[in-house]
Amino acid sequence: MDHNLLIGGAAGQGMDTLSSLFERYLMRQGYQVFVSKDYMSRVRGGHNFIQIRFSDQPLTSHRYSLDLIAAMDETTIREHLPRLNPEGYALCDEKLQEEKGQVLGFPLEASAKEAGNPKTFTTAFLGLLVKWYGLDQESIEGMILEAFQDRSPEANLKAYQLGAGLTETRIDLPQASGKDQILINGNEAIALGAIAAGVTFYSAYPMTPSTSIMNYLASKQSEAGIVVEQAEDEIAAINMAIGANFTGIRAMTGTSGGGFSLMTEALGLAGITETPLVVANVQRPGPATGFPTRTEQSDLSFMLTASHGEIPRMITALRNPRESFYQTARAFNLSEKYQIPVILLSDQYLADYSVTTDVFDYSHITIDRYIDEDSEYDHETPYKRYALTENGISPRLIPGKVADQIVLADSDEHDEAGHITESASIRIQMMKKRMGKMELLKDEIEEPWHWGTDQPEVLLLAWGSVAGPLQEALHLLQKEKDFPEVAALVFGDLWPLPVEKLKKLSASAKSIINIEQNYTGQLAKLLRQETGIFCQHSYLKYDGRQMTPEEIVEALKKEVL
Amino acid sequence: MTDVKCFHSSDPSAWCPGCGNHALLAALKEALAQLDKKPHEVLVCSGIGQAAKTPHYINTNGFNGLHGRALPPAFGAKVANKDLTVIVNTGDGDSYGEGGNHFIHNMRRNVDITHFVHDNMIYGLTKGQASPTTQKKHTTEVQTEGVTLDPVKPLAMAITMGATFVARGFVGEKNQLIELMKAAITHPGYALLDIFQPCVVFNKVNTFQWYKEQTYTLPEDYDSSNKQQALMKAFEWENGIPLGILYKEDKPTYTDQREVLREGPALVNRKLSPERVAEFFNDFR
Repeated sequence: MDHNLLIGGAAGQGMDTLSSLFERYLMRQGYQVFVSKDYMSRVRGGHNFIQIRFSDQPLTSHRYSLDLIAAMDETTIREHLPRLNPEGYALCDEKLQEEKGQVLGFPLEASAKEAGNPKTFTTAFLGLLVKWYGLDQESIEGMILEAFQDRSPEANLKAYQLGAGLTETRIDLPQASGKDQILINGNEAIALGAIAAGVTFYSAYPMTPSTSIMNYLASKQSEAGIVVEQAEDEIAAINMAIGANFTGIRAMTGTSGGGFSLMTEALGLAGITETPLVVANVQRPGPATGFPTRTEQSDLSFMLTASHGEIPRMITALRNPRESFYQTARAFNLSEKYQIPVILLSDQYLADYSVTTDVFDYSHITIDRYIDEDSEYDHETPYKRYALTENGISPRLIPGKVADQIVLADSDEHDEAGHITESASIRIQMMKKRMGKMELLKDEIEEPWHWGTDQPEVLLLAWGSVAGPLQEALHLLQKEKDFPEVAALVFGDLWPLPVEKLKKLSASAKSIINIEQNYTGQLAKLLRQETGIFCQHSYLKYDGRQMTPEEIVEALKKEVL
Repeated sequence: MTDVKCFHSSDPSAWCPGCGNHALLAALKEALAQLDKKPHEVLVCSGIGQAAKTPHYINTNGFNGLHGRALPPAFGAKVANKDLTVIVNTGDGDSYGEGGNHFIHNMRRNVDITHFVHDNMIYGLTKGQASPTTQKKHTTEVQTEGVTLDPVKPLAMAITMGATFVARGFVGEKNQLIELMKAAITHPGYALLDIFQPCVVFNKVNTFQWYKEQTYTLPEDYDSSNKQQALMKAFEWENGIPLGILYKEDKPTYTDQREVLREGPALVNRKLSPERVAEFFNDFR
């Protein structure tokens, strides 16, 4: 069973309330849920829609074809009817359209009025949906009373009941038996990862689609013991985080591409001062203001070289919410172990889609600081922040924590003590010390996810959030009898670049295809640069909308068959 | 009182002979010694410029960051460790030009840091261009027709932005400067001390003599709690420039206003465990 519902309307019509109740309710009924959002950059009006896909099997993507449409306005019907399955229906208020073909009108507004509050329209719609699917009615009534406890709970409950009375059950859903799960999106998972990692300070400037990381952490400040500061700009945000990390806490900042552009000088500062730093870049289509509420993977090339000069850095693309949690926590450990900036690359699609997943297991997470404490420190010799050591990592002290020892960090090229130098030989030593960390990092990086055969004829290459749609596309491809033996590598860690699996699988492949949400094929360029491996074909999408599994399959059939 | 010698740095100074920075640095060390601060209890942050080399020339913790960005790391450091004495030593270009946005907003935060602006009314490191405080008609290699921009009035700006300690010093008045520095460091909240210092190489207009002649010390009975009067004083220029604490008020600091910071030990001294995430899973069930 795999069912795809679309709820559409104008901003401000209450779709989010309807959706958040219904999707959570489905999870509590034991279904696997995948919710993706498509919203315009405006507060009122326009056309927004939410797609709720649910199943008794795990889901990793949104889909193109729809089984049911809940339309709050006419645009929704007009825009999405072509995607509706022949057996599907579009439900709406009777005033919008009376019964015609696949469109069914119901007296929803009238029910809201009867319930005593026209604003209960969405709750009436919820009743209609729950009954349509024949879901357990009792347990959602409690959720409604809780959700509307400050906004006419009784009227909402009545509207719900009236809505449910408008239809017979039309779809017979199988019982699902999911265990204890959570329904979470990429940004929320980053925020939880940061909490688990011991972050106590988050400084950022609001920028879609990264803002919800800040919002979630801000809502938990007292409980989690976190200070969230809205900085005056992104330059301040990253420099605040650097100052806080230097002073010994775990601080983080997050932004989208435009904000990251402003942060680049300070990224270099973290590099040369060897200050640990974790930055999340939740990508959106650029350049400049671009497409604020849409998705793209077009900042990879930029992340590889962001900052003038040369610094060691690590770049990890997040592939789903579950991984966003664990990789955020891992990023802090690596940033402190190697005293480097670590960039987490997400995008609007991943930031905003929610998926059911097992509750995160924090017992896998450790907080490893790599900081020398007062008790273990030699008080006789003056501390040198940039002491040259065999592997290039200097012992780290925190200012103020060790009596009689001072810590000096410098953005100028500096000597071991942190003082400004113009010495050619020290410059060479310090460059080698810093850049040598890239070699050490190679032992830390994780190979890409590998799906499919070990000796593919067709090798698909992707990164980040394309993982979800691609995984489902591979399932669909299995049904294509003529399609050759295929494997996919989906990169999470991107810098330094893990190359073992790529080298192995590309050996047998007659065709290598990169699948990316950008115009220039930035992963393919990186792979070519680092390995000489060339992608003969590509499927690139840059319209701001995440590719669906169906689109990937169609594109691959065109390229390969 | 700490022995002032413990603040001496072994790093040889790159400042020119006769530069006002030397006297300013000596006053800073003296102020810290008199306040009984230990080197490891103090963090000096700076941006880029001649003044911004200060962290190298004083034996305290130091963070010599980016041009214009002295304040944000200082803010972050104070958030991380509220027990640390955080001082920003940087120039007029760094503070009022490149870093103007941070200047405005950290005053609004009333974060408990001290901001010493080495104000020589010129760009020294880049060799003599106009700074935000360079006076009109002053010619330089770039401002060939003389400066046409109105100079910023940092003290007036600070008062209107809600700064809770606004003062001006002059390196030629050493004892007064030490007292002003001590008052600024001990002030709870954001303290701005704009310090006149001559640049002997690139500013031939605002010389030591010029500062000496133009400045006067506020009388002892001056009421520094009167905001309107302070604003008037902050605009005084042609007929004498006041030295001293122009404005001072007690207001809750950033730390006082943020529950997480106010209660309990400094963030850097808190024990953290991944377990703390468990209670938040219910938000998603």
